[in-house]
Amino acid sequence: MKYLREFQDSRITKSLRDKIFRVSGDLPFAVRIMEVCGTHTMNIGKHGLREIIPDNVSLISGPGCPVCVTGEKYIDSAVNLAEREDVIIATFGDMLKVPGAGGRSLKEYPSGKVLTVYSPMDALKAAVENPSRKVVFLGVGFETTAPLAGRVVQAAKEEGLVNFFCFSAHKLIPPALKVLAEDEESDINGFLLPGHVSSVIGVRGYDDLNIAGAVAGFEPADILMGILEILKQIRVREKKVKNCYRRAVSSEGNSFMKAVIKDVFEVVPVLWRGLGKIPSSGLKIGKKYEKYDAQKMLNIPDVDSPGETKNNCCLCGEVLKGKIRPDECSLFDSVCTLENPSGPCMVSSEGACSAYYRYER
Amino acid sequence: MCLAVPVKIVSLDKKKKTGVGEIGGLKREVRLDFLPDVHPGDYVLMHAGFGIEKIKAEEAKETLELLKEMERL
Repeated sequence: MKYLREFQDSRITKSLRDKIFRVSGDLPFAVRIMEVCGTHTMNIGKHGLREIIPDNVSLISGPGCPVCVTGEKYIDSAVNLAEREDVIIATFGDMLKVPGAGGRSLKEYPSGKVLTVYSPMDALKAAVENPSRKVVFLGVGFETTAPLAGRVVQAAKEEGLVNFFCFSAHKLIPPALKVLAEDEESDINGFLLPGHVSSVIGVRGYDDLNIAGAVAGFEPADILMGILEILKQIRVREKKVKNCYRRAVSSEGNSFMKAVIKDVFEVVPVLWRGLGKIPSSGLKIGKKYEKYDAQKMLNIPDVDSPGETKNNCCLCGEVLKGKIRPDECSLFDSVCTLENPSGPCMVSSEGACSAYYRYER
Repeated sequence: MCLAVPVKIVSLDKKKKTGVGEIGGLKREVRLDFLPDVHPGDYVLMHAGFGIEKIKAEEAKETLELLKEMERL
C-alpha cells in the first residue's frame, strides 16, 4: 500500500510525540487513556509507545480481546461439546488454549475433532465435507467478526445444510465502553477506539456515549494521533468521538455488515469476563436462523448466568477493567507465562498480559 | 482478533462475490459479500477471509499531508 509506510515514518511520529508532550504539559493532572482493541494493545507494546509518551499519560488495556472476555462457562460448554462423538468444533486458534473453570481446554483434542479455522467459511466447508457430523463454529468476536459468522449462517441456510451450527458469544463494544466510562474505580479519562470495529459500526456507532475518544488505526502515527486528539479534548473538557482513521472508517460504517448482524442475530444481555453481565451487549442467533443456533439445537445450558468461578487466583478480570497492570497480578511471570498461561489475557496473543510479557517485562 | 490486513484486489468473480487479493506477493481468495463496489486495483482490509472496508487512498493522503503540515508548526 502506497501510503502505509509513511504512517510508520519516524519524523512524523516524533513530531506527534512533541505535540503530545506540549498538550499534556498543560494538564494539571494525570490522564488515563484506555485502548479497547487487542491489536492496539499489541502494537503499543511492539513499538514501545508507552515509553515515549509523557509520565502523566497512562495507557491502559481494556476488554479489547474477544477471547479474553469470553466467560469460563462458555469454554466449559465448548469442551463438553467436543466430548460428543457426533460433533466437530471449528474455532479460531486463539480459543484453543484458554482454560475453562475446570482447567480443561480445547487444545486437549486432536485436530480432526477441534478444527482450527482462519475464516468462518472454513467451518462451513467442514460441514459440507463431514455430512455425518455436526460442525459447531465457536462464534467469538466483536462487531468486526460477527457479520462474517452471520454471513456463513445465511449461507448454510441458502445451501440447505443441516449439520452446521454457530455457538455465538459475539459481543458489542459500545455497551462495554459505557460501563467502563461510568465505572469510577477504572477512572478512565478517554478511549482509544478500535479501528476495525469502527469500520463496521462507523463513528456514529458511538453516538450514545458521552466519552472523550478517538477512532484510531494501527500504525505508530495512527495511535499517537489518537492519543493527541484525546488529550486535546481533555484539555478543553470536551467529550466527542473523533475519527483519526479516515482511510478505513466512515461516519456510517459498512451498511452490508450491519444488515447481516440485524438479519441473523438478536441483541441480548451477556456476561463479560471481568465486567459482569452487560445489558444489550451480546449477539445470539435470532429466531429466523434458530436451526443453526448451537445453543438451541444442541441443548447447551445458559452460559451467561452470573456467578463466575474464579480460576486459581487469576486476575484477568481486574486487568480487563484496567484496575491493575498485568505485572500487578501475583501469577504474572511466575505461574502464568506465555508457555504455560493461567488465564485468557496471557493465552490470546492480543491479550494485555501476553503483550506485556513479550514487550514490557 | 479484529486484525485486518490490506490486500490489493487483482481480479473479481462477481457471481461468487469473491476476488483474488495479493498480499506480500502471495495470492488468496477474498470474500467480497460486504464490499460490492470493489474494483481490481483497489486495496481492501481483509479480516478472516472477508473484505470489510475499502481503503481510501485519498483520505490516507490527506491525513499524511495534515501530519506533515503539523511537523512544520
